[in-house]
Amino acid sequence: MITGIAKAGVPAAVAVTIGTEPLKAETIPVPSAAVGLLYDATICIGCKACVAACAEANDTPPDTRGDALHQAPTDLNDLTRNVIKLYKSEDGKEFSFVKRQCMQCFDPACAAGCPFQALSKDPETGIVSWTADKCIGCRYCTITCPYHVPRFQWVGYNPRVTKCELCSHRLQKGLKPGCTSVCPTGAVIFGPRPVLLMEAKRRIQENPGKYYQNRVYGETDNGGTQALYLSRVPFEKLGLPELGPESVPARSLRWQRRFYQYFALPVVLYAGLVQVIRKSLKGHEEEAHAKEKGTGLRAQL
Amino acid sequence: MPTDAVFPQAPADDTIGASLERSGVSRRDFLTLCSMVLAAAPVGLALTDKVKSAEQLANLVAKAKKPSVIWLHFQDCTGCTETLLRTSRPDVADLILNVISLDYHETLMAASGYQAEKCLKDAMEANAGKYVLVVEGAIPARDDGIYMELAGRPAIQVAKEVAAHAAAVIAMGSCASWGGVPSADPNPTGAVGVDTVISGKPIVNLPGCPPNPYNLLAVVLEYVTMGRLPQLDGFGRPKFAYERVIHENCPRRAHFDAGRFAHAFGDEGHRQGWCLYKLGCKGPVTHASCSTRHFNEIPGVWPIGIGAPCFGCTEKGVVWQMGTFETVPIHLATPPDTYPPIYSTAGQIKVGAAALVGTIAGAVGGAAWVASQRFRSSAEAGVDRVIADKAHAEKLAGSSEMAGKKED
Repeated sequence: MITGIAKAGVPAAVAVTIGTEPLKAETIPVPSAAVGLLYDATICIGCKACVAACAEANDTPPDTRGDALHQAPTDLNDLTRNVIKLYKSEDGKEFSFVKRQCMQCFDPACAAGCPFQALSKDPETGIVSWTADKCIGCRYCTITCPYHVPRFQWVGYNPRVTKCELCSHRLQKGLKPGCTSVCPTGAVIFGPRPVLLMEAKRRIQENPGKYYQNRVYGETDNGGTQALYLSRVPFEKLGLPELGPESVPARSLRWQRRFYQYFALPVVLYAGLVQVIRKSLKGHEEEAHAKEKGTGLRAQL
Repeated sequence: MPTDAVFPQAPADDTIGASLERSGVSRRDFLTLCSMVLAAAPVGLALTDKVKSAEQLANLVAKAKKPSVIWLHFQDCTGCTETLLRTSRPDVADLILNVISLDYHETLMAASGYQAEKCLKDAMEANAGKYVLVVEGAIPARDDGIYMELAGRPAIQVAKEVAAHAAAVIAMGSCASWGGVPSADPNPTGAVGVDTVISGKPIVNLPGCPPNPYNLLAVVLEYVTMGRLPQLDGFGRPKFAYERVIHENCPRRAHFDAGRFAHAFGDEGHRQGWCLYKLGCKGPVTHASCSTRHFNEIPGVWPIGIGAPCFGCTEKGVVWQMGTFETVPIHLATPPDTYPPIYSTAGQIKVGAAALVGTIAGAVGGAAWVASQRFRSSAEAGVDRVIADKAHAEKLAGSSEMAGKKED
């Protein structure tokens, strides 16, 4: 009977699968008024004014865990939306600071992974924000993000998910995000993404060979991000993985659709399971018969 | 009057400039004083906001009428007067005393007894409603103020009487601001600050033990040239000097940020001039300008500058309330000058931990295997027992049949 249901389901599933084309990176909708950050690691002096300003702008207490005197987070966490890290090569000759915060991806993996749309991307500004009312605390967003940005509050009875939301509360008042408003060297600047991209390309053009691969990280990486990076050292050394132009959700969707193509894999899997069950049932029956013969009593199971 | 013999009688509408000229003070010295006022209050005063240079300030101040100041002492140590007088160059104190008209000051005046009382009365009458009252020391308020008397009257009455005709009151030092040392537990005289005793007059608190004399000079000059008092914070302290905590501008701040602390007096860190926080420095909670405006016009002359932790003399809840070596909480922790690596080391599996987990997992697995073997053998034993029971039953049935046969 079950086989019958499966057989009936196959054409329907095939119809569903073939009906839609696999989602490509190019088809990701671009926010109409995408704003973002441009961080130039070659200008950053590592003063961490942005770290303190971020905590102040978002009204979060300084993260003094592990060091009672200083605000010394080792990474992004439930109190830290923005952190300055240091890359140093083993011989100590090459070094670079890097500012880590949410990349505001065009196709955010956190939002794709969230089962209740607690993380959503604003269609206009493109800011990915978290809604407390919809969150069930499953922490899928913390796992799906390729940059490991959303962080879960591991203490407290009603835990939050913390991530940079580009100070959207400040943008509404006509202010810049906290980090960009204090940067003394202009290493991180705020603006519409196309303008930032132009500025980044201008810097590359004016200083050929200064920047790694003469490339802006985030222009196409992970389907395009609204936070753009320029660096002298390879991006991977700054903790920015080479993800390719296809976004993480698009890639996972492509693979999922491949598994279900023509519903072949589920059918094969089902047939295999049926075989296993049948074989083991047969074995059990034979064993029971043998016991009945030996004892003369009826098998209990 | 005997005072006239020493100091020439000043005209009633004497300006600061005219007075200085008459006293023989050089223009250069006056400019030096004005630049020190600019340094003491670079922002936050209408007076210094208006001018761009010490010369402009000097021109502005010279035109102002010399302010009449009455200085009263209560429960004090005269340290606040000393801070005004013990400047590194004697002419600085002289200058200050030439810029203001100090009409009554119990420590500095030549008169005594009835003569002194007459001086006070004359000064009050001559500039009624116009003089500035500077109060030094806490006022004893318990038991109607009988613990201190001035000219046969409780001091609290004198304070109220003189303040009633004053244009403004300046509380000089921590004692006058909120009680200071005399108000420390158990406070036998009920010592309180000026603002508790006097109401209805503008009061400026200049706490400190002692406060910086240039803060007093800046407040007085602001009043005589601009006709108003500086902006005050919630504790009545002028913002230009008390808005920031010492920690923010401390010359040793870099050591704090780098985690370099002196742990004992005379240790390596103390000798290197490292941060004194762990020795009980109250700089992170103390609002004062000491870290930028040092004393005696000598750079580095202030408590932290000479290796003594700040004891929070401007803060009511800190000095004489907290332990000397007790550390204060950091309210606005800022990032240190260390950096986390790109990839956090937290969460990596160590060899020892892996071995421990492996051992436990192996033990559990082994135990499970042994148990399953026993379970199998017991199951087989169960089958054997059933077979044995069946044989026994058959045997019993056989014997009963035999017994039946016997009966037959």
